[in-house]
This record gives sequence, structure tokens and C-alpha cells, in this order.
Amino acid sequence: MNREVVSQLAYLAASILFIFGLRGLTKPDKARRGMMLAAIGMLIAIIGTLVKTEIISYGWILVGLVLGSLIGYPLGVWVPMTAMPQRIAFSHMFGALAATLVGVSEYYTDLTAGHGIGVAKMSALAFEVLFGALTVTGSFVAFGKLAEFLPGRPVTYRGQNAVNLVLAAIAVVLFVVVVLNPEASIAFYAMLVLATVIGLFLVLPIGGADMPVVISLMNSYAGLAAAATGFAIGNDVLIIAGALDGASGFILSIVMSKAMNRSFGNVLFGAFGSAPSVATRSAEGLAVASITAEDAALQLAYAHSVIVIPGYGLAVAQAQHQIRELADLIEKNGGEVRYAIHPVAGRMPGHMNVLLAEANVPYDRLYEMEEINSRFEETDLALVIGANDVVNPAARNDPSSPIYGMPILNADRARRVIVLKRGMSPGFAGIENELFYAENTSMLFGDAKASLQKLIAEVKAS
Amino acid sequence: MSFSDLYVFVLAAFVGYQIITRVPALLHTPLMAATNAISGISLVGSLVAAGSDRNTLSTVLGVIAVTAAMANVVGGFLITDRMLSMFKRATPSKPN
Repeated sequence: MNREVVSQLAYLAASILFIFGLRGLTKPDKARRGMMLAAIGMLIAIIGTLVKTEIISYGWILVGLVLGSLIGYPLGVWVPMTAMPQRIAFSHMFGALAATLVGVSEYYTDLTAGHGIGVAKMSALAFEVLFGALTVTGSFVAFGKLAEFLPGRPVTYRGQNAVNLVLAAIAVVLFVVVVLNPEASIAFYAMLVLATVIGLFLVLPIGGADMPVVISLMNSYAGLAAAATGFAIGNDVLIIAGALDGASGFILSIVMSKAMNRSFGNVLFGAFGSAPSVATRSAEGLAVASITAEDAALQLAYAHSVIVIPGYGLAVAQAQHQIRELADLIEKNGGEVRYAIHPVAGRMPGHMNVLLAEANVPYDRLYEMEEINSRFEETDLALVIGANDVVNPAARNDPSSPIYGMPILNADRARRVIVLKRGMSPGFAGIENELFYAENTSMLFGDAKASLQKLIAEVKAS
Repeated sequence: MSFSDLYVFVLAAFVGYQIITRVPALLHTPLMAATNAISGISLVGSLVAAGSDRNTLSTVLGVIAVTAAMANVVGGFLITDRMLSMFKRATPSKPN
């Protein structure tokens, strides 16, 4: 059999296995087997490429494969689950870098070989390099913000939108120039450099709390860049994998933007406004009822049904194991404990679920917002830990609130609410939370982990 | 590049949309790690750039691209499996 046929069959097999792999992720108990299939698909695709007649020397390939494995192993095995968002952002950078470099290599080779580049291929190459380079620097900034070596707060200046628009317009002009005249290599490389600058400017103004949207968007862009590579070099498995990747990032962007009450257009163009910091309803004249750990523990010990609402504050305090321990004690007393997970509870889509799974919380106790929101009325106690905006009733009933319309967890509808909170500081959106002043709410002030430890000790003693 | 490539792209994006909208929010982080691993498929382009001795620049860029893509493949599949292995049920699932 001819080698090219072998490659093509390998790519076909890989494409099918990738689709089966992703389909496995629709069921938690089938997911691992599915991903095994996808990994086998990847192996088949690599072997199918190595047998190609175009590949004549293997020395450097081996260097790259070994080096990549050495970098990838710690990224897969040693990175803690709390660091998952920055680790994923880092990977988007690598994926986009590979796509961009293949694009540059292909362009340079075609140009020096002297045979012209057709409009279609040139468009694909230009698209690949534009989106790839933008994703490399954009993901790098996201990585830096999440790993906290870059400022997490939005970096803004006057005329920012105008500057970004001008840069984007120049990039489009360069794109058109190079597609019409592929020999214009200065335009090609200028576009490459400009794209890296645009990537920086796109993500720098975005605050830490908006990172779930950014990561999803970068996922989508990296996928599109990979698909463009496939168009440029005429490789279907790249097109298919890139399309799957792009679709996935796109869907997650929509899910995240809906959960954060941002419009779809906002997401597409990356124009994230910084959240308004005005308090619409003043908290003046309202009283907060605080509660001691002892009293809170008493309520927990006798509750028949408890819904835990974990927020990012729980992850920051590293208190996932404590909440599970407390839940075990409540269950031992005959109470039922469920967890309500808001889509933006972590720093990336689904992050809170992973953190709780790591702390041995069974996944059938984790409920999505839509599943559990109707259950609060019949629940004795809602325990809010490190969450704020996602339980703010103003999103439901105060049209003047900046988060009005944002889907929230209806914690306020539970019979009693206990909120674990460090102090009375407002949430990311910078607005007051009426839940804290509600009649059925008690506040347990202090560090989440320390408070939970006290609750555990008290419930044990009661 | 040909029109059939466009068909492939559109159909794959459609299949992707159908499957991924059915992935529960529970598994959105593993999903993203998995698509990261799968995006390592740019290896099929970078291996050719690195190994076909076209010119020095192509080889250098190709080797860097192979390294980056391979890191995503190895790291991506390992971490996806590591995450998925942590998801356990409280009650054993009912036999189908």
C-alpha cells in the first residue's frame, strides 16, 4: 500500500477516535475510556505522519518529541488542580504557537521556492498566523493574570478602544494586502507582529473575574488557528480537530458569558467592559445579623437538608476538604447535603467541580444551577462559602443593579441562610448584596477555612 | 485548499456543536483540557515542517512547533485522565 494512503487512513481513524473521545465526556462514567480512544487516535495520527515520504530526516523530529514530552509530563502530572486555569491558558499558548510557526514555515518555504501562493491558501495562512499570534500573547497575558505575576485588575487607559480599533483595522489592511500579493512578505511579517500586540491589548484590560470567558475564547481561537493550518496545508484531520476545538471553546464562551450576564457580541469581539463599581442600593440603615460558630453548628447538625454554595473564595482558602468533612458529619446526623455549582464559581468553566471532586465530594452531589434552583424553597439551610455576586437577589429583583438579569442561585429562598465571609467587602461586581441583610440570613465572619474547622469541631461536639 | 475542505470544516463544527452542548457543566474543565490535548494534532503539520529538510528556518520553526504541540499532547491527555479519575459517585451507578 502506498504511504500516502496509509497516512490518509490514519488521519481518518484519528478523526473518528477524537469524536468518540469527546462524546465520552457527555457521561462522567464513560469519560476516561473515551479519552483513551482519543489518545490512541493521536498516536495513530503521529505514526501516520511519520511514514510520509516528505519526511526525510528524523533527528530533529525526535529532539522535538522528546523535549515536548519532558515539558508535557510535569504539566500533566504535577500541576495542582487549583492551578488548572493558568495551566490551561499556558497550553492554549503552546497550541497557538505551534499553529503559528507551521504557518510561517509554510509561507517562507513556498515563497523561497518561488512557486506562487494561491489566494485560497494565502488567506488560510494569513488567518492562521493572525489568530495564532494573537492567541499566543493573549493566552500569555491570561496565564500571567491567573498565575498572578501580572496584575489581575484591568489595565486600562484613555482611548483604549480607539487604539484597539486602529490596530485591528491595520491588521485587516495587511491581511488584504498579503492575500492579494503574497510576495509582500513585509506585510505578512508586520501582520504577525501586530497580531501579537493585539493579543496583549485585548486581554490586558480584562480583570481576573472575567477570565473564564477569556480562557474559553482563547480555546476557540486556538482551534480556529489549527483549522486554518489544515486549510493551508490541505490536511483534513487538522481541519476536523480544529473545528471541534473551535466549537468547544465557542460554546463554553457562550455558556460563560450568559452566566456572567454579558452579551454575545461582547464575547465575540472581546470587548469586555469593566464592571461598574456603583452601589445601586445603599446598605445604610440595614443591619447584618452575625452568628457564632457554635450556633451555626447547631443549625447544621439538626438540618434535614443542606445546600452548599461554594464560590471562588472557598478555593482561595483551600477549604474544599473541610467542607467535605463537614458534609460527612451532617450526613452522619441524617441530613442530606447537596452542592449548588454556579457556572462561574471558579476561574474557568467547571473549575469548582474539579476542586470538589479532588476533595472526594461525589459528583452525583454536585448540581448545576438549573437543576437545583427550584429546590431551595424546600431546603432547611443554604450554606454560602466564598460566593457573593452569584447569590445576590438584586440580579432578580433590582433592574437598576449592574448584575440585573444575571442568572443566580436562589439561596435567599432557603428557610435559613448562613454566609461564611471574611468581612463585609462587596463582591467582584462591587455591589452590595441584599442577601447578607435578609431576615433569614446569618453571617459567620472569618477566614473560610478557619470557620469551617470551627464548625466541624462544634458539630462533632454537639 | 479546496471546497471539500470547507465541507469538512462545516460538518466537523456541526458534529462538535452537537456533542459539546451535551457535555455537562460538571466536566467542562476536563473538556477544555481534552480539546487542548487534541489541539496537539498540529503535530501533523509541525512534524512535516521539522523533518522535510526544506530550509533551515522551516526546520527550526518546525522543531519548536513539534515541541509545543507534543507538550500539549502529553500534558493534555495526562491531566485530563488525572481529573476524570477523581470524579466518583456516592452511590454505585445502576446497571443498565
